[in-house]
Amino acid sequence: MSDRDVMQYDVAVVGGGPAGLACAIRLKNQKPDLSVCLLEKGSELGAHALSGAVMEPGPLDELWPGWRDNPPGICVPAGDDEFLFLSRKKAYRLPTPPQMNNHGNFIISLGSLVKNLGGVAETLGVDVFPGFSGAELLIDEERVIGVRCGDMGVQADGTPGPSHAPGVDIHASVTVLAEGCRGSLSKQAIRRFRLDADSMPQTYGLGFKELWRLPEGRSQPGLIQHTVGWPLDARTYGGSFVYHLDDDRVYIGFVIGLDYEDPVFSPFEAFQQFKHHPRMHALLEGGEILASGARTLVEGGLQALPRLEMPGAVLVGDAAGTLNVPKIKGIHMALDSGMIAADHIAEAGSGDGFDARWRGSGAAAELKKVRNVRPGFNRGLWLGLINAAWETVTAGRSPWTLKTRADHDSLRTVGDGTAARDENWLDKRDLPPRDRLASVYFANNAHEEDQPVHLRVADTSICATRCYEEFRNPCTRFCPAQVYEIVEDEAGRKLQINASNCVHCKACDIKDPYQIIDWVPPEGGSGPNYQNL
Amino acid sequence: MKVLVGIKRVIDYNVRVQINREGTDVVKEGVKMSINPFDEIAVEAALRIREAGQADEVIVATIGPGAAQQQLRTALAMGADRAILLETDREIQPLAAARALMKLVEKEQPGLVLLGKQAIDDDANQVGQMLAAQWDRPQATFISGLDLSDGKLKAVREVDAGLETVEVSLPAVLTVDLRLNEPRFVKMPDIMKAKRKPLETIAFDSIGIDMPPQLENLGYEAPPKRSGGVRVDSVEALVAALNDKGVL
Repeated sequence: MSDRDVMQYDVAVVGGGPAGLACAIRLKNQKPDLSVCLLEKGSELGAHALSGAVMEPGPLDELWPGWRDNPPGICVPAGDDEFLFLSRKKAYRLPTPPQMNNHGNFIISLGSLVKNLGGVAETLGVDVFPGFSGAELLIDEERVIGVRCGDMGVQADGTPGPSHAPGVDIHASVTVLAEGCRGSLSKQAIRRFRLDADSMPQTYGLGFKELWRLPEGRSQPGLIQHTVGWPLDARTYGGSFVYHLDDDRVYIGFVIGLDYEDPVFSPFEAFQQFKHHPRMHALLEGGEILASGARTLVEGGLQALPRLEMPGAVLVGDAAGTLNVPKIKGIHMALDSGMIAADHIAEAGSGDGFDARWRGSGAAAELKKVRNVRPGFNRGLWLGLINAAWETVTAGRSPWTLKTRADHDSLRTVGDGTAARDENWLDKRDLPPRDRLASVYFANNAHEEDQPVHLRVADTSICATRCYEEFRNPCTRFCPAQVYEIVEDEAGRKLQINASNCVHCKACDIKDPYQIIDWVPPEGGSGPNYQNL
Repeated sequence: MKVLVGIKRVIDYNVRVQINREGTDVVKEGVKMSINPFDEIAVEAALRIREAGQADEVIVATIGPGAAQQQLRTALAMGADRAILLETDREIQPLAAARALMKLVEKEQPGLVLLGKQAIDDDANQVGQMLAAQWDRPQATFISGLDLSDGKLKAVREVDAGLETVEVSLPAVLTVDLRLNEPRFVKMPDIMKAKRKPLETIAFDSIGIDMPPQLENLGYEAPPKRSGGVRVDSVEALVAALNDKGVL
């Protein structure tokens, strides 16, 4: 074959998030003799993990009963819940939807939790490899036989540099794809094995998150606030979260449905505008931003879930899409799906039959109940809320299942009525970060500059012509890290990709209206280094 | 010949360092830790010397908490042969560190000691020089070039005026600068091998270095915030603005 080293494992897990680690840990608990490895593209476990995060502790209690004695670095028991509707100036309290009651849950740093889980996995004998990305699925006769890791030390022009190290081929009886939302190998797998043939289009949200330290006494540890409304119009799905932590800190974030229609809408600016709502401004003013990040999340629910197995491999967690949207929680579902996959692999010796097993589980029943909530918002906020109330009262017994639509198809063309917005708001802005580049700074982002661009755009001529005319290059706005810029010179308009800004959120791969952007992993260890997010 | 390389566990260079609320220390909890980048270059230099057949063994050593084993394992995965951890949870200052390394020098009798020129956390730049003095052996600091033949070592030093080449006889202490080399990528099979390489842990308190701290940290504060710049439309406006500030 080639000069690549080959390493042989019983199970190879791609992705060191909650789903992958739960799978690896559970496998070793069930069958200590199995050889298990886990790849993580971030420079360490948790470096790329970003979530709200309020966690239901059930599945974690099951996976690792000792976790409460070794809690993540940020771990605050949930207190009161507040659900607010924002107008431009005011905030109105709405009844808290029952799914959003968080009694017994914990506000945690997911990055910190997975770091701890990584320690557990290593103690059990899992070979954990942070800083190594899965670049390619190894397929032999229509069967996944493992993963090829990304090369290190390839120069920008694609040639090997002086310290070039070819990626290892990992051969495994079962490959577990646990890459999280819009995983690059998962995408290959779904396409190759037509795993989505019987499911509706997957839909996504783009989430932003910041960690702030407030002036003393302002944070109310445990308080969980969610808002809908301003600055989004009623046609755009999304809302905020504000989670009050100990030590005068808060998590503040915003999630926007990537099915938004307005081509000139900027998700990042919407989040920053939200922070300047009088209610939020009063909270943050005088505080200090400590960290920030962005990541897409899966919102399609049960009807958009692809088949979870293919010959030789399975999909778990948000690589498949098990997040519970009305609860806005994915961690417990990810842990749970990882454990179910582990149980199945330990018993059956392969992933065959995992799809049926998961669909017969309590987790699938949980998703079935709420399947109509998110697509109900396709008709706007108010009908969405009414539909959500109905679906909640009937516990999802409606005889229908609402359809999802693909996010990249949702943009209207320019001039087709874009929402009026406050053009002068930038002058009023006084809370950091001042722009997207400043925000990336708080993500501790690092990419080796001398490497090939990992955002592969199939046909950049579209950018200068068709996309500019139809949508005014929405990539320049939806990217939270300002990776995409259109520069103009004598030669005309052209796309410039600032790949080293990328925070690995995958929004471009999803929202690009022509589906010509392909996000592939850069050199292992690149990307954000999230701390306490 | 044995080569001894000293490394330090520090906050990763990509991390934005934060000061704790009390201003008594920087925040280390939940923060990514790595090998001090200059020390990584020292490890690489040692490996290249061994690979050129001029040394038989590369020993990597650190002073720090139990968690510093992680950084030693990384150095072992790069290719070092064995590792020594002088374990302590206390903060060890440069003079104590140099004395501790001297104990290792006495124990291991290396022909060469390689260190980073300084650690990126406290930027002290003292341990290499202090060790050479205690050992009473030559030193070459801030080196960006290295040539070893017939027991003589030529080192290129980065100094203010340019480059200076010095010759030192062995054994000697070298501290390395950024441009000496580019450390290799760690390979997966080597990470597995590193798990089985010997790593000796010695309690720092057992080696007989009992000295009070020489330095006292009075406090930490962030640099003052810079106010935003102002854009002016014309030269006149610029001159007026500079006059206002009393610069002209």
